[in-house]
Amino acid sequence: MYFDSLGAILHMDGHGSYVWSAYLITLIVLAMLLLVPRRRQRRILQQLDGELRRRQGTPMALDEES
Amino acid sequence: MSAPGTLPFCLRLLRRQLVLAFRRPIEIGNPLLFFAMVVALFPLGLGPAPEQLSGFAPGILWIIALLSNLLTSDAVFRSDFEDGSLEQLLLSPQPLFLSVLAYIAAHWLVTGVLLALVSPVFALMLNLPVQAVGVLVASLLLGSAVLSLVGCIGAALTVGLKRGGMLISLLILPFYMPVLIFGSAAVQGAVTGVPAGPYLAILGAMLCLAIALAPLAIAAGLRISVDA
Amino acid sequence: MWTFFHKLGSPPWLYSISGTILRWLLPITLVALAAGIVWGLLFTAPDFRQGNSYRIIYIHVPAAVVALAGYYVMAIAGAISLIWKMKMADVAMKACAPIGAALTFIALVTGSIWGKPTWGTWWVWDARITSMLILLFLYLGVVALYEAYDNKEAAGKACAVLSLVGMVNIPIIYKSVDWWYSLHQPASIKFTGESSIDPSMLYPLLLMISAFYALFTCCLLMNMRAELLEREARTNWVQRLAKQEGRS
Repeated sequence: MYFDSLGAILHMDGHGSYVWSAYLITLIVLAMLLLVPRRRQRRILQQLDGELRRRQGTPMALDEES
Repeated sequence: MSAPGTLPFCLRLLRRQLVLAFRRPIEIGNPLLFFAMVVALFPLGLGPAPEQLSGFAPGILWIIALLSNLLTSDAVFRSDFEDGSLEQLLLSPQPLFLSVLAYIAAHWLVTGVLLALVSPVFALMLNLPVQAVGVLVASLLLGSAVLSLVGCIGAALTVGLKRGGMLISLLILPFYMPVLIFGSAAVQGAVTGVPAGPYLAILGAMLCLAIALAPLAIAAGLRISVDA
Repeated sequence: MWTFFHKLGSPPWLYSISGTILRWLLPITLVALAAGIVWGLLFTAPDFRQGNSYRIIYIHVPAAVVALAGYYVMAIAGAISLIWKMKMADVAMKACAPIGAALTFIALVTGSIWGKPTWGTWWVWDARITSMLILLFLYLGVVALYEAYDNKEAAGKACAVLSLVGMVNIPIIYKSVDWWYSLHQPASIKFTGESSIDPSMLYPLLLMISAFYALFTCCLLMNMRAELLEREARTNWVQRLAKQEGRS
């Protein structure tokens, strides 16, 4: 490891705020890239499932019990 | 009745577009008026100091030429799309590549060439040194042809959309940037005494590439728009 | 050979195979990404000229490299969908655009943050930054064009044409921006130049570049899966899947 302490890691000789903010923004964007399609996929499947059940006429109460 | 040959067909198309344009002289005058008005904006925004203006003049003139080209390219195919003659064109036996070139040539003649011809007036208003005026006209003649070709790609892709106006600028402005770089560099070079020949040669090379490839994209775009 | 292409054109097969790939690739990617970040942030020596701020290179360069490659992936997928009318290529092309735009955005933001301690300003009209900005515009143009069409089939074709035009233009744009910068380069900005990079800095960088490529692939597959489900919502296999997984 190059740094000796946690403080040195955060400070990075004065460049810490730049480096950490750059990494933070990157990680947020990357996390969004991964989460958005996942949520979209789940939403589509759930909507479709609800639609199918409504068309079959299954009472909602029964489903919640199971 | 036999179909006309390819060349007469394209010339007829070109003539038709030009006649249509000259029936509405206001539409031809609009880009020029736009050019004049935006030229007037720059001294108001940057201050009237002559030396400062003459320093920015190559860039200013080129950007305005680019914008007025952009604003007119939206309308190239629109009226023909709306009255259905574009569909006729797609069905005609003549190669679409060449008939599309006729449309572009008409657009270039009524905007690019006219702008290039009146640009010396505006160049003098912005204090562009006289030795650069010839290069300005030459670079605008070459460059606006590239702009017309590229602009028509955007026009072909957005002609079927109701709200195409803003979108077309988002699509094709990035493709305008190389032309802007070399066009304004040619004029800048002429101001500072660097020979402008190489810049004009690069613009010419861009024109050759655009003539070879852009009609393909335009033809594909028109087919997509008409099918949709 | 041909059966492979036929399978590639079949949505249920693509959906299941991409699920299997993702199950392996996604954890590997995340581990590689984490390892690369920790390695780059904590275990490399600082650059002797730029100090610690150079550590941004480990996200800036991979994002820029993959963003540019992503445009080519998009354009090639567009060409395949135009020429061979492959629906899956169209799905892939549509999935590329937002990922590429996000990566370009990352490259621009980190480049700008890096510029502050290095050059003293947030933004320099440097050749590479300007090219990345134009690349962002190209990506956003594709996204905007896709959204503008109501008919999604036509939207896919139009975007394919646009991205092909972009692919032809990108080298021209890059070369001319490069040349433009060399013409106007202000003397006050010292550029680091093509100095050879030390191996101790190179290996984490290579790891990060590979991780970003893998991440691009993962995002691409995930976007494609969601898009597939939406397009195929009326088919049996999707409805069966919805019954199985929709409630969880």
